[in-house]
Amino acid sequence: MTLNRRRFLGTAAAGAALLSAPVALGKTRPRVVIVGGGAGGATAARYLAKDSKGAIEVVLIEPSRTYYTCFFSNLAIGGFQPMSRLAHSYGTLASEYGVTVVHDWASGVDREKKNVLLASGDSISYDRLVLSPGIDFVKGAIEGWDVTAQTKMPHAYKAGTQTQLLKAQIEAMPEGGTFAMVAPPNPYRCPPGPYERISMVAHVLKERNPTAKILILDPKEKFSKQGLFMQGWETHYSGMVEWLTDEFTGGVQRVDPNTMEIVMEDEIIKADVCNVIPAQQAGSIAQQAELTNEIGWCPIIPETLQSQMDENIHVLGDATQNGDMPKSAYSANSQAKVAAMAIRAALTGSRAFKPRFSNTCWSLISTDNGVKVGASYVATEEKIAKVDGFISQNGEDDALRKQTYEESIGWYEGMVSDMFG
Amino acid sequence: MRAAIPALMKQFAATLHVANCFSVSIGHLLLRKPSAGFVRGSVLGLVSLSFLSGADSVASAQDLKRGERLFNACIRCHDVGKDARNRIGPHLNNLFDRRAASIEGAKYSKAMKRAGADGLHWTLDTLNIYIENPKNLVSGTRMSYRGMRKEKDRSDLLAYLREFSVSPANIPEASASLLQQDAPSLHEEAYLEGDAEYGEYLSAECTSCHQSSGEDKGIPSITGWPQPDFVIALRAYKKEHRPHPVMQMIAKRLSEEEIAALAAYFKDLN
Repeated sequence: MTLNRRRFLGTAAAGAALLSAPVALGKTRPRVVIVGGGAGGATAARYLAKDSKGAIEVVLIEPSRTYYTCFFSNLAIGGFQPMSRLAHSYGTLASEYGVTVVHDWASGVDREKKNVLLASGDSISYDRLVLSPGIDFVKGAIEGWDVTAQTKMPHAYKAGTQTQLLKAQIEAMPEGGTFAMVAPPNPYRCPPGPYERISMVAHVLKERNPTAKILILDPKEKFSKQGLFMQGWETHYSGMVEWLTDEFTGGVQRVDPNTMEIVMEDEIIKADVCNVIPAQQAGSIAQQAELTNEIGWCPIIPETLQSQMDENIHVLGDATQNGDMPKSAYSANSQAKVAAMAIRAALTGSRAFKPRFSNTCWSLISTDNGVKVGASYVATEEKIAKVDGFISQNGEDDALRKQTYEESIGWYEGMVSDMFG
Repeated sequence: MRAAIPALMKQFAATLHVANCFSVSIGHLLLRKPSAGFVRGSVLGLVSLSFLSGADSVASAQDLKRGERLFNACIRCHDVGKDARNRIGPHLNNLFDRRAASIEGAKYSKAMKRAGADGLHWTLDTLNIYIENPKNLVSGTRMSYRGMRKEKDRSDLLAYLREFSVSPANIPEASASLLQQDAPSLHEEAYLEGDAEYGEYLSAECTSCHQSSGEDKGIPSITGWPQPDFVIALRAYKKEHRPHPVMQMIAKRLSEEEIAALAAYFKDLN
C-alpha cells in the first residue's frame, strides 16, 4: 500500500499531479513553502506530501545538498558513529514524495505578499509558509567570540564541518592538556547535548590522553540529566571532568581565540581546545521576518504551531517558544506532524485530530551506556504543556543501559527515515 | 522462618482467592532487580535438596498436586527439578526473581531478550500475567502457548514451580490477583474495530521511532501485526505490565478506541 502510494507520488512529481483534486475544482494546487530541511522542515515536507496525496504542492528550501544531523553528532566526536552516518540527502523526498527541493538560502519573507525571497534573487509565493530555521547564535553573547572565531574555538552546535573540526582538535590535544567548554545559558538546542559531548570527549581522552583535564564553564546552576551524567563521569571518567558554575567562577568575561584564553572574573584559563557554545535564538530568517519575541524566539499557537504574529506562517522546532517542549529533533519532528495535519485541514479540508506531542532524548555516557529522558505533551490555550514524563535512573544495570543505547541507534534510523523517507 | 509461614499462607490465600477489590500497579515490581539471593550456576545442586520436599511451601499439598498435573502442559518444552536441562525452552529451576532471557545456553526470541534487557523479571505477578497469555508481556515470544485462562490453575501451577527454588518461602508473594477482574488479554472475544484513518494520524507518534518499513534494528517492528496482538501489547504497556518507560508513557494516554485505531492501521502496513 505504501509502495503504491509512493509510486503515485513519484509519478505526481513527474507531472501527473495535474490530475489531483484541486485541479478538478478548477484551481491550482495550494502551495506550502518550507524553509529549513532539518528535523522539523523535512518531516513537515514528507508528511504534507505523503498525506495530501499530491493535493498540496510542497516546496522545501534548504541550502545544503547534504544534511548532517546535529543529533548523534556527539557520537561522531566520541568515535561511536562515523561522520558519514550523519549525512543525508533530499533525493528521496524529491523522487518518491514529489517534494520540490530548492537548494538556496531563504534570505527573507515578504509577509504582505506571501513571498519567500531567495539569495539567488528569486522569490517563491506561498499559501502557507513553514519556518523551521533552527537556531542562530546571539551576536556578542561572549565577548571575543564571533563566527570568524569558530575555527579556533568551534561551537560544533550545527553539525558537519564544525563537528569534524572539534573532533580533530580533541584528538590532537597535547598530553595532559585542557579541554574547556563554555556552556550555553537556557534555553538552547538539545538540553543534554553539551553534557553528552563532555562524556564523549572524556571517552576519547581517557583512551588517548588520560591525564587531560576537562572543564565545563557553565552559567547554569543545573542541567538536563545532571544526576545521570555526574554519576556516569564519576564512574567512568573519575577525576577528569570539572563542572564549574558562574557562582564559583564569576562567569566567563571574554575569550581570546588567538591566545586560547578564557578570561574569568579572577582567573584566566588557557585551553588547548575550547568549545564555545554561545547563547542562542531563533534562526535569522525568523528574526528578519519579525516573528520573534523580545528574547529572540518565535511564540506559536500550540494547537497548530502557527506563529502568533502571522497566521499564514507555522514555526517548528528549536526556533519556537512553545511552552514545555525542549529544543530537540524529536520535538521538531513531533511538532511538524501536528503542523502538517493543521495545514492540510486548512488547505484541503482533510480531517483534523486533536494534536498530541511527545519527546525523548537519548544520551550516551560511555560505551554501551545509554540513558534517556522523555515526556508527552498536549496543546493547551497558552502553551504546549507537559502531561507525563520519565527519566533513566542511576543504578540501572549494564544490560538495560546497553539496551537503551541500542534503542537510541534504532531511534536514529527511525527518525531519519521519518524525515527523509 | 518457619514461624512466619502460617501468616504468609493466610496472606497468600487472601491474595489469591478473595475477590480483589483494588487494582495494583506493578510496574515497580517488574523492574525490581534480583535480590542478593543465590548465584546462578551453583544452584542446581541445592535445588535437589528442596525439590519435591514441599517443606517450605505456602500452598496446600492438594494445590501442589494440581500444579504438578497442570505442568504437563509445559513439559514438552520445559524441564524442572533435578538435572533439569534447557530444552525447546529454558529450564525452570530458580525461575523466581530471574531476569527474562538470562539462562545461558537457552534459546530465546529477540523479543524475549529485549524484554529481559528492558528489566522484565519473573515474579509471581509477571508469571501470572505471562502464563495467562504469553503475548501479554512479550509479543514476539517463541513460546507458542495459548495461555492458561483460569486463575486458580495459574496459581497452582506457580505454587508448584516455586518449589523448585532454593528457598521458596522467600519468594515475594503476588501483589494481587491482577488478572481476575482486569485481564489485559483478549482471549477469543472481539476487539474494537478501529478507525484506520485515525490510526494513520496517531501512527505519526509511533514512527518517530518505529520504522514504517518494518526495519527492527534497536527498536522493534510494529507493522503487519495481527490486531489482537497489537491491542494486547499496548494495553500491557498502559497498565505498566511491560517495563518500558517510553512505551508506558505513550500507551497511557491512548484510549481503547485509539489503540484499536492504531491496530487497524498497522495491520496492513508491510
